[in-house]
Amino acid sequence: MTSPVSRGFHRLRRPTGAEAGKLPPGQHVTTDFPVLSAGPTPHTPLQEWTFSIRQGGQTLRSWTWPEFQGMPAETVTADIHCVTRWSKLGTVWRGVPVAALLDQVEHDAQYALAFSDGGYTTNLPVKDVSGGQAWLAFDYDGQPLAPEHGGPARLLVPHLYFWKSAKWVRGLELLGHDQPGFWENYGYHNYGDPWREQRYAGD
Amino acid sequence: MAGTAVRGRLTWQVATVTAVTAETDSVRTIALDLPDWPGHRAGQHLDVRLTAEDGYNAERSYSIASADGEPVAITVERLDDGEVSPYLTRELRPGDQMEVRGPIGNWFTWGTHDGGPLLLIAGGSGVVPLRAILRHRERSGSSVPARLLYSSRTLADVIYRAELDQYGGSAEVRYTLTRSQPPGWGGFAGRVDDAMLARIAWPASQRPLAFICGPTPFVEAVAELLVARHYPVSRVKTERFGGA
Repeated sequence: MTSPVSRGFHRLRRPTGAEAGKLPPGQHVTTDFPVLSAGPTPHTPLQEWTFSIRQGGQTLRSWTWPEFQGMPAETVTADIHCVTRWSKLGTVWRGVPVAALLDQVEHDAQYALAFSDGGYTTNLPVKDVSGGQAWLAFDYDGQPLAPEHGGPARLLVPHLYFWKSAKWVRGLELLGHDQPGFWENYGYHNYGDPWREQRYAGD
Repeated sequence: MAGTAVRGRLTWQVATVTAVTAETDSVRTIALDLPDWPGHRAGQHLDVRLTAEDGYNAERSYSIASADGEPVAITVERLDDGEVSPYLTRELRPGDQMEVRGPIGNWFTWGTHDGGPLLLIAGGSGVVPLRAILRHRERSGSSVPARLLYSSRTLADVIYRAELDQYGGSAEVRYTLTRSQPPGWGGFAGRVDDAMLARIAWPASQRPLAFICGPTPFVEAVAELLVARHYPVSRVKTERFGGA
């Protein structure tokens, strides 16, 4: 279908040289850091915080906050893309590679369901959280990650729409089969590749 | 959580503007004719795609302002540094066309089977999906008790005021004005706080269902207050907007 011209509508801004090629289809750049959450922001004390990798109802490995902070962290600069159409370019995070956490358990799972305080879940193929594509981030722009942005720690999976970067994440459930998470059950795409504009189920 | 049947691909369809109504100086309600619309539920949103003569596209998401079964309408607030909202609120007129797809989002929705009592809390143009919920409740003859607490800067910024004031006793609508209040103002003044909620929020023992929509700091603050009032997290649904 050819799109009808919207009478009188014009482009106001051209992407700058720095932005060109970095914006997936249908996205626009924001310099704010908008928030998208389904419910109230949880506040888990760090003394009670753990990150667990589970499979089949068993906890394979769990880290306390000090143990997690003792893991080698990386500084990550990434463009992030929200399904609500904003993109934020060149965001700077510190986090522990998810691969480094997964390396400490024995498993052959192909899928993971991230689970968070507040009951939020999101599903990811294990290959998408392995090998330099995903981090457990605890620091944004040089500061501890604020609660409304997912602190104390959130997933950072910048090659997928940002709802896959679960806020307030507390662990990964390893699964032999794919199991849709929260937004995936409410009409959003199961995988969520911004470059293929996989916003909604069926895209 | 109830899984929702996965529909087929949401396809773009051509919408024709049937009416543009001024709600406030900066807010317009845009009624659309969408011949192939599959229907929507109160609280859902849709995507809009505009195309310039040179082929440039811009896409945005907007809450649907109309109730289930009503023709689709969106209510748009002009953000002066935006690219799309100034066009929609200043330039658009009946007969103009754009592309639309939807409805989207099955979480921030209310149907009569969801029950209540309903506590709706809006900040600014966050009232749009909550208005759809109130309209749907009214049109469906639901007896679920409902209260709306609506925070605006000034009385002139209140969207849908005439309509909201018509609810009379069937739904309780209360306003708070944060920046200035007219002489003799009988509503609340200032930001939503616990004292206000003490007067308007249903006790947690009544198992209320809360919907909060507005700018992020507003939603954060109100959600925290409701959790402190022992509202279960699973009964506090939020939708936030920010950025362009």
